[in-house]
Amino acid sequence: MNSTELIGKSDEELIEISKKFLLALNLEEMRKVQNYFDKLGRNPSDIELETLAQTWSEHCVHKTFKGIIEYKGEKIDGLFKTYIARGTKELNFPWCVSVFVDNAGIVKFNDDHNIAVKVETHNHPTALDPYGGAGTGSGGVFRDVMGVGAKPILSTDILFFAPPDYPHDKLPNGVIHPKRLMKGAVAGIRDYGNRMGIPTANGGVGFHEGYLGNPLVYAGCLGIMPHDKYVTGAKSGDKIILVGGRTGRDGIHGVTFASLELSSDSEKTSSGAVQIGNAIEEKRVLDGLLIVRDKCDKPLYSAVTDCGGGGLSSAIGEMGEETGVKVHLDKVPLKYEGLEPWEIWISEAQERMLLAVPEKNVDDVIEIFKNENTEATVIGEFTDDKKLTLMFKGKVIGELDMNFLHGEVPRVIRKAEFTVSEDADPDMDDSEDFSGDLKEILRSPNVASKEWVIRQYDHEVQAKTVIKPIQGLGGPGNACVLRPIYDEWNGIVVSNGYNPRFSSNPYNMALSAIDEAIRNNVCCGGRRISVLDNFSWGNPEKPDRLGALVEACKACYDASKGFAVPFISGKDSLYNEYGTGEDTISIPPTLVVTAVGLIPDIRKAQTMDLKEAGNPVYVIGVTKDEMCGSHYHMIKDEEGGKVPGVDLANAKKIMDNMIESIDNGLIRACHDCSEGGLAVTAAEMCFAGNLGMSVDLKLVPADGIKKNYKILFSESNSRFLVEVPKGKESEFEKIMGDNASKIGEVTEEPNLVVTGLDDEEILNRSADELKKAWGETFNW
Amino acid sequence: MNSKKHGEKHLIGESMVKTLVLRVEGTNAEEEMIHSFKLSGSEVDIVHVNDIVSRKKSLEDYQILVFPGGFAHGDDVSAGKILANILKYKIWKDLTKFIDSGKLVIGVCNGFQAITKAGLLPAIGGIGVQECTLTSNDSGYFIDKWVELKHASGNKCVFTKNLRDEMFVPINHGEGKFVATPEIIQKLEDNGQIVFRYSQNPNGSINDIAGICNSQGNVFGMMPHPEKYFSKYMHPFWTRMKDMNEEGDGLQLFKGAVDYAKKKL
Repeated sequence: MNSTELIGKSDEELIEISKKFLLALNLEEMRKVQNYFDKLGRNPSDIELETLAQTWSEHCVHKTFKGIIEYKGEKIDGLFKTYIARGTKELNFPWCVSVFVDNAGIVKFNDDHNIAVKVETHNHPTALDPYGGAGTGSGGVFRDVMGVGAKPILSTDILFFAPPDYPHDKLPNGVIHPKRLMKGAVAGIRDYGNRMGIPTANGGVGFHEGYLGNPLVYAGCLGIMPHDKYVTGAKSGDKIILVGGRTGRDGIHGVTFASLELSSDSEKTSSGAVQIGNAIEEKRVLDGLLIVRDKCDKPLYSAVTDCGGGGLSSAIGEMGEETGVKVHLDKVPLKYEGLEPWEIWISEAQERMLLAVPEKNVDDVIEIFKNENTEATVIGEFTDDKKLTLMFKGKVIGELDMNFLHGEVPRVIRKAEFTVSEDADPDMDDSEDFSGDLKEILRSPNVASKEWVIRQYDHEVQAKTVIKPIQGLGGPGNACVLRPIYDEWNGIVVSNGYNPRFSSNPYNMALSAIDEAIRNNVCCGGRRISVLDNFSWGNPEKPDRLGALVEACKACYDASKGFAVPFISGKDSLYNEYGTGEDTISIPPTLVVTAVGLIPDIRKAQTMDLKEAGNPVYVIGVTKDEMCGSHYHMIKDEEGGKVPGVDLANAKKIMDNMIESIDNGLIRACHDCSEGGLAVTAAEMCFAGNLGMSVDLKLVPADGIKKNYKILFSESNSRFLVEVPKGKESEFEKIMGDNASKIGEVTEEPNLVVTGLDDEEILNRSADELKKAWGETFNW
Repeated sequence: MNSKKHGEKHLIGESMVKTLVLRVEGTNAEEEMIHSFKLSGSEVDIVHVNDIVSRKKSLEDYQILVFPGGFAHGDDVSAGKILANILKYKIWKDLTKFIDSGKLVIGVCNGFQAITKAGLLPAIGGIGVQECTLTSNDSGYFIDKWVELKHASGNKCVFTKNLRDEMFVPINHGEGKFVATPEIIQKLEDNGQIVFRYSQNPNGSINDIAGICNSQGNVFGMMPHPEKYFSKYMHPFWTRMKDMNEEGDGLQLFKGAVDYAKKKL
């Protein structure tokens, strides 16, 4: 057994050891480890050190979210506890079945079934190998949902890159061009999801120069399961069965790699940290797992989990936390000979899951997987000694107390600071060419059609996708709607929101992302919404990055309570910075919010395409002078102004009233106002329905704004454009109250016609022309 | 609607049509296939090909054999090729006996690819010889899109006898381009073995071919997915269409097969 000299080492030497073995442990953590072994009177073996490094990594233990943060004189006792989980706890909804504790968040769907949902990040692997990195991101999150015993029925993907036309000669050393990254990542997600037979029907692609050295991949999965098939809790004496792919040297140190900044050397030092995927292996595991789950009344396993970050070390370490486990590493099937025991233990080789199985069911379980042409192997057992015991060929090669491993991670104490600097609004003169401006925004990569991406993903396998990502005659959908059980009308509505362009005010940025996710959901008829938070941030050891994170987390609590929408699962990926030698560049702080709503009857679901000429068009909500981070500023190369905020009390009322209107048949089409504001929303509704719309800006409630451009392009939150059936105006207005204002109507002639504040026609363009502008950017 | 009611129209004493949906590793469109056959009044079993090979289950017990969509064995050699070899080298005798007795075989998407590569279709010069293939779309990409199909008149396919002239269904494939030699294409045309053509060719298929049958009409394959259109709410424009049937057009095809099996098999 190789051991590492730790006893008697100086602080400098401890830091050196942490760096040398890529442990990513800080001095305090190294001292704690030293102290533990000092008391035992021996040095740690290499496998013990690796186990601690994996288990205590930022990736696995979320040190920053659990640490103590000093911010503006406040002492925050854990961001997660104080701002993310608190709202959920206070709301205390009975339909939240399992939140934040398992591989995926679980909420009730109907009287028979639950929904399991999870969103993960896979940023660093994608930066090095876009195809493999993004594909295994999907594979990993599917296993998270399988890891609570649910069947995946939806894959979601949200990707962020630098602009696809970024000049090649400006590309920093070691960075893959964003267009190549995007093509690779899309292909990776396509091949994994399509082969698994899981529809990818919701997502997005965002662009910002800040993602140049560090792209982001958010892979999500939603599954469904009968209530009584959810079991947790391995018992002493249960066997540990490893199912699926064989273990190799791929994905060594993935989690510690994720907890370090990227640099031009990453490709050389960390390529081994990128995992290699095989979707069909995971499909075999899924098919077998569902049989093992459903063969008898209760699953044949007493607990199930996936092997993700940290490999066996994290998965087994967590499964056996309450009991203790003994693992025989020589029993683990290998891809090839020559792996050291510690490599077997921390390898993140893909498509592996772990089952805790009572002895009497072991043969049955192995036989079921065998018939699926995949391996299931007993590699250890659950004990009652509360110890993690690692064996290799009959010898003990590592032994750690579960209490030490899980209970004694030192809490970090960090300082944070942040000041919102809101510059004065530039208040430009009104444009002479609004048609040109609108088309430029429609062409801009954030807004432009993602049909090239969407159609490569199978978004309707399993035949449950009743509202698809491309709606009407070809418009961008707000959300997808699934009908998970063919014989029932209950549906699930899934949407997302993100606004990294608003990150100069992270509090409002986070509010905006949550508002956007919820209003997208509401557009299609979703209610009883729960949300997932996924933060990708810079280095939290830098006070300004951490201060922005605190601001965003505060918004999460406020919005959670304000909308009465609980967070049920989340994930953070920190250290998203790219080293350029002297300095490092952080990505724009990026919060992706995924919203999961229900619709009692999918026959009432709505789409965003205009339906019938003569119907009145309403704007919901107030358009404010909030131009900071808007696409209009982007195309005019302007900065300053205010980042859109959310009036939570009124926003909640709007959402509730919209749902009441949908349920009463008072809405024929509904689209949210987001990137590009009212003008883009109207344009998209026109070309998705091949109809026209007349809009009078004087009728838009706009807080006294005196400029046409601000009304057209402000990205204020909590707004919708709605087509109401003719004759239903008064009913609709009665429900919506002051929040609804009639601003025009649907026209037979398929043109978008806008009358400005001075009663002049300021925009008149055909739906075809606008669609062409929208469609040409990604016509790859 | 309630799943327990499926097949209730069926009279006591009358024997049910039994359909076998064959799955392998990578099969993934089986759920909607099973549902479509159930809605059409058949009993359905889903069986892993290993259980046929090991004789735990027998094809003899069924009247309809279905090869559903997916990525059998990952399509890693070429789409459906490994499954085709399993058919040819592990269960060929049982399979040919099934076909020779006039029972029905349908392959959709990946299933079509597999039975084509096994030479079950079009079987012009005899069964077991591959005479055509399905290869990468002209675009080079997988594509998910709804397309209009024209039901070729005068074809002999028993599945599509009651079908209207047009059908709107989704394609979800990366290797859907139908290719064969000019001689084979000519024979397909002359024999009336072309069942469906695309109105707007999405993948470069020769003569816009989307589906074919054998000369007896009891073995049929198509790239698009009729089983993904069993209900109105799967249509991509249902929120903007008026007076649609609750039942999706794709279902007619399965009803045709089950009715045929009920009467003649």
